[in-house]
Parts: sequence; structure tokens; C-alpha cells
Amino acid sequence: MSDNTIERAAPAPLAIGTLLATLLLAAALIALPFAVQALGQPALVPLASRVLIYAIAAASLNLALGFGGMVSFGHAAFFGVGGYVVGILYQSYAGDEPFLGLIPGTDQLLITLPAAILVAGLLALVIGALSLRTSGVQFIMITLAFAQMLFFLFVSLKVYGGDDGMTIRRRNALFGLNTRDDATFYFICLAVAALVFLLFWRIVRSRFGLVLAGIRQNERRMAAIGIAPYRYKLAAFVISGMGAGLAGALMANYMRFVSPDMLHWTKSGELMIMVILGGVGTLLGPLLGAAALMTLETVLTSWTEHWQLVLGPVLLLVVLFTQGGLNGLLARLRPGRSAR
Amino acid sequence: MTAPLLSVRGLRKRFGGLVATDGVDLDVVEGEVHALIGPNGAGKTTLITQLFGELTHDEGTIRLSGEEIGALKTPQRVARGLARTFQINQLLPDFSMLDNVALAVQAHAGHSFRFFADARRDEGLRSRARQHLAAAGLSHRAETKVADLSHGEQKQLEFAIALACEPRLLLLDEPMAGLGHAESEQMVAMLSALKGRVTMLLVEHDMDAVFKLADRISVLVYGRVIATGTAEEIRDNPEVRTAYLGEGDA
Repeated sequence: MSDNTIERAAPAPLAIGTLLATLLLAAALIALPFAVQALGQPALVPLASRVLIYAIAAASLNLALGFGGMVSFGHAAFFGVGGYVVGILYQSYAGDEPFLGLIPGTDQLLITLPAAILVAGLLALVIGALSLRTSGVQFIMITLAFAQMLFFLFVSLKVYGGDDGMTIRRRNALFGLNTRDDATFYFICLAVAALVFLLFWRIVRSRFGLVLAGIRQNERRMAAIGIAPYRYKLAAFVISGMGAGLAGALMANYMRFVSPDMLHWTKSGELMIMVILGGVGTLLGPLLGAAALMTLETVLTSWTEHWQLVLGPVLLLVVLFTQGGLNGLLARLRPGRSAR
Repeated sequence: MTAPLLSVRGLRKRFGGLVATDGVDLDVVEGEVHALIGPNGAGKTTLITQLFGELTHDEGTIRLSGEEIGALKTPQRVARGLARTFQINQLLPDFSMLDNVALAVQAHAGHSFRFFADARRDEGLRSRARQHLAAAGLSHRAETKVADLSHGEQKQLEFAIALACEPRLLLLDEPMAGLGHAESEQMVAMLSALKGRVTMLLVEHDMDAVFKLADRISVLVYGRVIATGTAEEIRDNPEVRTAYLGEGDA
């Protein structure tokens, strides 16, 4: 925000405009399946589900990248592992053969999602603990290297389909709902996404969030006021990995399929593009970025398979001219804000 | 004389062939303002940086109230009562002045693994931070983003942040550098007001300010302390005069 000329004694209450916009967005998202049904475009519902899932993954990456200044190029690892948790648990469930002979399989969403979050979180703890000893370009490369290691691990794991991946015959069950139904699954994704965004909204404003933002701006300053940056960065990295794992678990359910593709470095790149497109270090940016990228992909692939030829220049224009991605663009279009 | 708050013995630091700190012995007594002067390149900032743990020394001991702190990292030294200001401002440019100070208050209040409550609405932190800003004469600019402040205001903010850490020993690295005349006087007034309440080790080039503020002065030349004493003793010390004060005052 740039309203520095106004000196306030106390923080202003949550602006009515922001509140209204949030409610409007929520209403639109809830009405979406009914609206597209009425417009005779039911195929848009699965697309919207995909947008929400990627929005969760991108928002998670954004916590590390945008708010914490940790440019991770390996978030596909957490996304993919989240997916594999669902796949492996389902295989164990369907084959009635416990994972590693110990952990019984399941097809219950209320178990698979927390399991995916937990496993991705542990993985992020290990990768983060090692990677965060470096910074800058080294950090980018080491996170990339870890993700690629996992990619090749799953490629070589023939039990879980290797290169071909594994099919999940049915989506996970939740309270006897028909999760196969597109609209039902959309609402599940919407509920999860709402929770995740609510959580991140709290986190970035909390004591932890301010420390994280401080570390991004100047680590030396933070050390000088008595804050050891490493543990805060690691905690943020773990939360970020957990979110990506959650998104991966939803994606595996959505596609009813997991493969090493979810772990590939191009997936990390895609998540990064969403964050940059939407607005680095903004709350709603990742949602906008995910929506923009998915829409572009859908529209452009119907014209040409070389759709990324168009994506490149679009990304370039957004980065060069929007000052803060689509979120920044929206903020400046909002009435009552002086243009700068 | 009371036991020194800070006691440095035989501190040595080499950068390749260059000996930046060459066996420094230094005592800072509780309650005093101890100035550290010396020509450019004498190793004053390097010394401060080692005391604060941002740079590890090669040899020697650093004791704070008798406790060896030489092996501790910077945040641990801060927890034991050290704070510093930087000659080249180290601030959080995207945050307001109030945020910058409130974060120091928050850090002093314990760990920050609190994920839900809005820290900017935490009146405990905010009102404490506002007091520190007021003490530094910065209240009117509390909500201004640091990137939009003048150099002088940033220097004052450095000072306010350091005080928010509630230090026992404050290391001041050229707090007057780059300030205009009026701002300089304001800074001297603030330091005088603080004198006696917080022990200070002051690195400064502005000799008027040093002679006004310091109880004792140590002179650092080529990484060694060549003299320590009161302002008069230092002024009259022949070695200091040749090494440092030489030309102008002789």
C-alpha cells in the first residue's frame, strides 16, 4: 500500500471495500457451478476445480517464495508426493495389502488429505533443513536437485507404476458424497481452498508472518534484534510444503491418476509462473495466477499445441508492466485508489 | 572500580595477510559511555562486528558480565543484552517505522511462533513500540514506510530499534555519520539523555560529540588499542597526538 501521506494513530479497521470484494468473490465461487450449468458449459466446472487446486499449490509456494523470499524451484516434489500418498494408500486399500506391510490403505478423503499433508511436511522438513543452509542461486539449484531426485525415484519404482504412473479407480470417499460428481468435487476443493487461504491470511499478519517478512527484507537486521532466521524460514518452508502436498492429494483425486509428471521440474516452474503472474507476495495473487494460466492454457491449446509460444510473451508483459502481477493490476483499477 | 560489563582480551582477527584486529584489550564499565576513536581503517567497525558476533574472531575472549560470549551467534548475544546500530542502515524498507520497532519489541518478548493473532493489532507490542519512537522523536512519522524516510530519520530509527531491544550494552557504529548539523545535535542530545541508563560503546568520527559524551575514550590504531583514558588524558597523550589527533590539534 502506498497511502503514506495519511498518518494514522491506530491501524484502520478492515476496509469495507476489501470485505465487500471478498464476499463478492466467495459468492461468485459458490455460484459458479450453477451459473455454468445454466449457461450450458458444464465442462467449466472441472476446470474451476483445477484452478482451485493449483491456487492452493501456488499460494503455498508463495508463502515461501513471496512472503519468505525463499525461491524454491522444487515444490513439485511436495505436490507430487502428496499425490502419491493418495495413490499408494488407494492401491493398498484396493489390493488389501498394507503399505510396507504396516500401514493399511484407505480411500477416505479425511485420512488421505491429512496423510498427504503430513508426509509432504516431513519431506519439506528434510529438504528445507538442508537447503536453507544455502541461499540465493544455490538454494534454487539445491531445491531443484532434490525434486529431480524424487522424480527419478518414482520413475524407477515399478510397484507404483514407474513412468506410467498409477490409476486411482475411484476418487476418495467423503461422508457418502458422490465425489465423482464434478460439482460435488468442486465444492470440496472450494472448501479446502477457502480454509487454506484463510489460514495464510492469518499467518502473514501474525507475529510469525511479520518475522518472515522481516527476514525476507533484511536478515542481518533480524539477527540484530535477536531473531535467528533459520528456524523461522524452515517453519515457513514446511508449512509451504504441506500446502503443496495437500494440493497434490486433491489433484490425484481430481485426475484419478498419479504419475512422475506431478514431480517433474516443469511442474515447479508452472507453480512459479502462477505466483509471478498473479503477484508475488500477495494473498490472492496465486488464485488469480492459477486462474489466468489455466484459462490461457485451455483457450490457447484449442488453437495450437505450441500454446507456450503465446504464454511466454504474456508472462513477459505482465512482469514488465503490471508492477505486482494481476493482483497489482486489480489493485490499481479499484476505485478510490490513487493511480501511481 | 566495578567489574567491567564488557571485557575483551587479546582479540585478534586476520583477513589473509591483513591483521584487522591485533590483540585488542578493552573494558567497558557498567554505566559509562566509552568512545572508540581512531583513523579510518583502524578496525573500529570490524571490532564492533566481532563483539556483536556477525564476524567470528580468530583468537581472544569476549566476556559480558564475566560470561564468555565469544562462541555465541548474534541472536544469542542479543538475548544476553547486546544491541548495535549500523553505520550503513540495516532496516526493513517495506515496513513502517512502527513495524520496525514493534518487531524488535516482539523479538525481545520471546519466540515468534505465533501464527494466528494479528501482530499489528497487538496493543502490547504497539504501545511499547510507540514509546520507543516517541523517545527518539519520531512519533509523527510512525506509519511512514522506511523506504520513504530521509537518511537522518533512518539513523534515528536505527537508534530506536536498538533501544527497543532493551540492551545492557549498546554498540553504536557512527550514529552521527551523514547527519546534518541540526540532526547531529539532536542525536547528541538523545545520547546524553540516555547516558547513565544504558552502557554505550560509541564509535564516532565527530570529535566534538565524542568529547561531549564520553566518560572514557579508547584509541584504536592499526587494530591495536594504543591508549585508554578520560578526554583530557587522551588529548594530552603524546602517542595519540602523533598517531591520530596529530596535525590539527598539535
